[in-house]
Amino acid sequence: MITIMDNPVLIFRNVRQVFTRAEHALCALDDVSFDIIPGQVTGLIGPDGAGKTTLMRLACGLLRPESGTISALGLDAVAESQIVQSAVGYMPQRFGLYEDLSVQENLDLYAELQGLPQEKRAIRYTELMHMTGLAPFTARLAGQLSGGMKQKLGLACALLRAPRLLLLDEPTVGVDPVSRRELWAIVYQQVKEQGMSVLLSTAYLDEAERCNEVLLLHQGKLLGQGAPAEFSAKVQGRIFQVSAAGISHRQLQTRLDQAPGVLDALVEGETVRLVMEPEIQPTAENLLPGLDDVHIQPVAPRFEDAFVARLKVRHNGTADLGGMNLHIDSRDGEEVIRVHKLLRRFGDFIAVNNVSFNVKRGEIFGLLGANGAGKTTTFRMLCGLLPASGGELSVAGLDLHIARAEARRHIGYMAQKFSLYGDLSVMQNLRFFASAYGLRSDHQDERVKWAINTFELADYGETNARDLPLGFKQRLSFAAALMHEPEILFLDEPTSGVDPLARREFWARTNALAEAGVTVLVTTHFMEEANYCDRLVIMAEGTVLAEGTPREMKARARTVDNPDPSMEDAFIRLIEQREQNNAMEIVA
Amino acid sequence: MSASLRRLWGMIRKESLQILRDPSSISIAFIMPVVLLLLFGYGVSLDAKNIPLGIVIEQPDTAAQSLAGAFDRSEFFHPQRFAAIQEAQQALIERRIDGILWLRNDFSSRLLSGDEAPIGVFVNGVDSNQANITKGYIQGTWLAWLQHFSAARGRALDLPVSMEQRVWFNPALSSHLFLVPGLIAIIMTMIGSLLTAMVVAREWERGTMEALMVTPLRMGEMLIGKLIPYFMLGMGGMLLSVAMALFLFNVPLLSPVWLLMLCSALFMLVSLAIGLLISIVTRNQFLAGQVALVVSFLPSFLLSGFLFDIHSMPGWVQTITYLVPARYFVAILQTLFLAGPVWPVILANAGAMLFMLLILATLVVKKSYKRLD
Amino acid sequence: MNFLHIFALARKEFLALMRDKRSRIIIIVPPILQLFIFGFAATYDLNDVPVAVYNEDSGGASRELLARIEGSPHFSILYEISNDNEIAPLIDNREVLLVIRLDQRFSANLQRGDPAPLQLIIDGRNSNTAMTALNYLRDVVLDFNREWQREHGQTGPPVKLEMRAWYNENLQSQWFIVPGIVGSLMLVVTLLVTALSVAREREQGTFDQLLVTPLRPVEILIGKAVPGIVIGLLEATLIILLMVWFFDIPLRGSIPALYLGILLFLVATVGIGLMISSICVTQQQAILGAFLFIVPAVILSGFTTPIANMPEVVQWLTYLDPLRYFLVIVRGVTLEGDSFALLFHQFWPMAIIGAVTLVLAAWLFRHRMS
Repeated sequence: MITIMDNPVLIFRNVRQVFTRAEHALCALDDVSFDIIPGQVTGLIGPDGAGKTTLMRLACGLLRPESGTISALGLDAVAESQIVQSAVGYMPQRFGLYEDLSVQENLDLYAELQGLPQEKRAIRYTELMHMTGLAPFTARLAGQLSGGMKQKLGLACALLRAPRLLLLDEPTVGVDPVSRRELWAIVYQQVKEQGMSVLLSTAYLDEAERCNEVLLLHQGKLLGQGAPAEFSAKVQGRIFQVSAAGISHRQLQTRLDQAPGVLDALVEGETVRLVMEPEIQPTAENLLPGLDDVHIQPVAPRFEDAFVARLKVRHNGTADLGGMNLHIDSRDGEEVIRVHKLLRRFGDFIAVNNVSFNVKRGEIFGLLGANGAGKTTTFRMLCGLLPASGGELSVAGLDLHIARAEARRHIGYMAQKFSLYGDLSVMQNLRFFASAYGLRSDHQDERVKWAINTFELADYGETNARDLPLGFKQRLSFAAALMHEPEILFLDEPTSGVDPLARREFWARTNALAEAGVTVLVTTHFMEEANYCDRLVIMAEGTVLAEGTPREMKARARTVDNPDPSMEDAFIRLIEQREQNNAMEIVA
Repeated sequence: MSASLRRLWGMIRKESLQILRDPSSISIAFIMPVVLLLLFGYGVSLDAKNIPLGIVIEQPDTAAQSLAGAFDRSEFFHPQRFAAIQEAQQALIERRIDGILWLRNDFSSRLLSGDEAPIGVFVNGVDSNQANITKGYIQGTWLAWLQHFSAARGRALDLPVSMEQRVWFNPALSSHLFLVPGLIAIIMTMIGSLLTAMVVAREWERGTMEALMVTPLRMGEMLIGKLIPYFMLGMGGMLLSVAMALFLFNVPLLSPVWLLMLCSALFMLVSLAIGLLISIVTRNQFLAGQVALVVSFLPSFLLSGFLFDIHSMPGWVQTITYLVPARYFVAILQTLFLAGPVWPVILANAGAMLFMLLILATLVVKKSYKRLD
Repeated sequence: MNFLHIFALARKEFLALMRDKRSRIIIIVPPILQLFIFGFAATYDLNDVPVAVYNEDSGGASRELLARIEGSPHFSILYEISNDNEIAPLIDNREVLLVIRLDQRFSANLQRGDPAPLQLIIDGRNSNTAMTALNYLRDVVLDFNREWQREHGQTGPPVKLEMRAWYNENLQSQWFIVPGIVGSLMLVVTLLVTALSVAREREQGTFDQLLVTPLRPVEILIGKAVPGIVIGLLEATLIILLMVWFFDIPLRGSIPALYLGILLFLVATVGIGLMISSICVTQQQAILGAFLFIVPAVILSGFTTPIANMPEVVQWLTYLDPLRYFLVIVRGVTLEGDSFALLFHQFWPMAIIGAVTLVLAAWLFRHRMS
């Protein structure tokens, strides 16, 4: 087989794919055409449900397109799927590993399946294990690896035979920033050393900037293809950073969001990042009349700005929470949540070790960390779902695990994944939670009406919760958690898997609640969301690495090379420091 | 080794390791058979012994006592005496006894005068099968006593026609001799269809199937790679059950072991094919389990002739039984164990299984392609 | 305890069950499947037993006897053979269950008043079938004897058995099996509904959402038990109606006693289901757990084979099985026409099982929450 080096490794022509699920047809891909040139990393970027996985599966012949043609490595992906599948490397979501096999056994299996000759194995294994840092763990069961290690093992399995085309489906989802960074390093190393071509899908918009080229997918349509810089260049001159004295950054964001000419306002540290409508220059008088000391500074656009500019439609509502009768006496500075030397063991494993922090009334407090850092365990102990093995904790003065059931009336809870009743309609769900919180007849009707209006759920009242679009599921969960007007809100990974626009809407509502005096405890693995928090702790391996405001966190990572570090930089810096300390302890 | 064999070997090794590490596979293959065999071997018995029988003797004289004594000595009965029929009937109503033998006060006088002396017999008919068996035992005991009684008086009993029965294969007519071999079919169905369907469906659910597909592995290699380890597992379960049947329940095996193994292997393949087909169609563990239960487990229990005689089912139910592979295997098992290698039975039933296997294998191959749609 | 809470929960459980296709299937399909397959397939009665006849006799008596056998619905003569060698293949190959042999002097012996043996060779592979067939045949022969003796002026045997079966006068298997199905069916449905209910919420993450509301564990437990009991009651009523109308099974006893039995049985089953549910984390485990209970519970209940035939140790085990008591109640009320007083000793053990399992479930519930 002769292929000229510059021929595209993957060609899609007018590809259309429709799935029929529960009566209604869903167009997963609509008339998608593109070429991918060899020897580079192409990012397939889009929020959940954009059609990324479908596209990946089509590329390796796992699905047949409704119409259109696909060719991979010069082969027809439909007619010659067996050859395509033998030639490409593919890592599906959740990595395709056997959790009950050890690292070595997984490697052996895939080496056998991919026909890697026996004599080459030893060298390749060593290479890959070294590169992924898995060398010390070859005897461990894959199921007992951390998320980041699983992801690297999955990658190693796909790389065993150094394929010419590597397809990675959401390799970075749910993985901590350090592991993400390492994954990117491995991918680029392969591209450089082996001349591999890589197609990688991701829902993280910030990862777009790490690709040579980007395919932007939204609701099954290809919105554009090009270098990340080309996307951001389109919004050059529309991006600004605004800061003002004498106003909290949350109030600042709320005001800017409603200001004329502003398409999007996003809290970024102590400042607010603006995306302006085209051809409109922001001035302090227009944006923030009546405020002194307003600084407006143009900044370089990012990929996310381009995404927002492309898709956001300005609507003139505010994040109105009208009708929330919050009876909170705002004794400022009162500590509502106290955690002191909290400890939780599962057998020999210490999931949460000596964690302490306090949350004041009306604060948005963040728990940041990778999967497995102990965030969710801490969270569940606070909500009374799990007893602590040691230490003290109180929420509104009580330990919810032993307090009377009535005490839980003060808190609202939104779980990590969608956890309302999928078989019940939106209305039935709302009514059930209203009754569970003891709201009676008239009051219940009133609150259900409030939820439907505030969260714009009217069109979906009789739809089963399971069949809601992702963004609406999140709204419904949020609404259910607010039915009884709680004073304290627990939000566990509320925005994971939600597209950037829905995330903005969510944070706008949360901001409004905090302004009204509700205390919010939130966990997230989106580092940039830490900027919405008043204060936060960063956790790793069950311990608190650092506590403070977002600005303090970032200040720690400031170096000469990186004068304006992001939250992610700060996080990675903390992890590195910790590892150094550990290493030094071992030496000592 | 060719590339294809290498891939096959990789799959077999992987499956075997997974079986060894998954406690549920091991327990379904080895603990379930033991539990089921013990439960059925000891718990399910159609052999009535010590039937509680009420005997009412209104006039206790020698003739009546001698008849009652015959029942006392029988291992089938556990008689209780009642003074009056009303008491006995009350006991029958209260389920304390299953039957009544009523000797009225004129029993002896009529017997000795040559008048026909009637004995009233009541049985609780709720459990009709048990009632039939009780009836049979009462008749048998009564006839034996009658012969003895007549002989003692120097004249043979004049029964125009008497039955001389010879029971082949299971002379003691003990029910576990046919239940235990039949159970082996049920156990193999569980391993072959239920376990395999769920395990293969798990690959779909966990997304590992996707990773396997995008390798040079061919579908045929994957299927064979899955079949071999589960085949071994199923045969292991079978051998365990056979060993228990032979040594714990003392069921005789009148055929060569190789023939039993060969027939079991054929049935195992049919079960595996059903399991694979279910998993390919459902691709979901929960659903696969449900479907396997309904299309494979329940029919092999009810419609295989394991417990209930197929011949006596209504015509339409009998027609359905032809679609149940366990039907053929149960017939083979009962024959191999109790009757010996009766070739016509074995060949006909094995032929039917082979035919089913070919159809199922064709379906499996047709339905399995390296695509997700 | 807050009844509004319990009502809201029970309402939600019903809605969730009825709106989910899978749960609807679990509630509706197995009952109908079992009722019809069991109702028709599970029978110990024999019809048209295949018979071969080897008649060496040419007299009229043998023809008369054979005509009686052929005339019985239980037997059908498929082969007439004339050689000893033909017997073995017919039996070995399962062509016939029974070979009847009458020797040359059969009619002559009869006429003379000498004993005339009827030689039978029967396939004992399925012992129950063999025994039942022999019983049927014995009835035919005894009838024949009596009539022969009457016609020929001979005295019969000095003693005659007057057999009468109570409750199930014609000894039909269906009358025994179908009421049993009511019990095993309710067991399967209620157990699956309740065993899955908590596990499903755990798996879908909704359980946490429930636990952070002011609902108390006891309220949750009752909220989960109520739908199981109500569905069980409806299901039982449906099956009993089908049983009476479709299978023509009599309903002779006290209906309030039957419903008291149903209620107690449901409480016991729901208790066991909730116990399984509070132990299991996934639906998979819950199904497996339910299955592990259902199979022995049905086998040891006396549904198809009598408890009295089991070894003593196994009989002790059956006292833990609520189905054991319930089957006596259903059969008692349908066939035997029992009243409250007669069934008292079946009621209280179920009440105890129900109380113990519910308390245990509540305890496990609290402890699994941590």
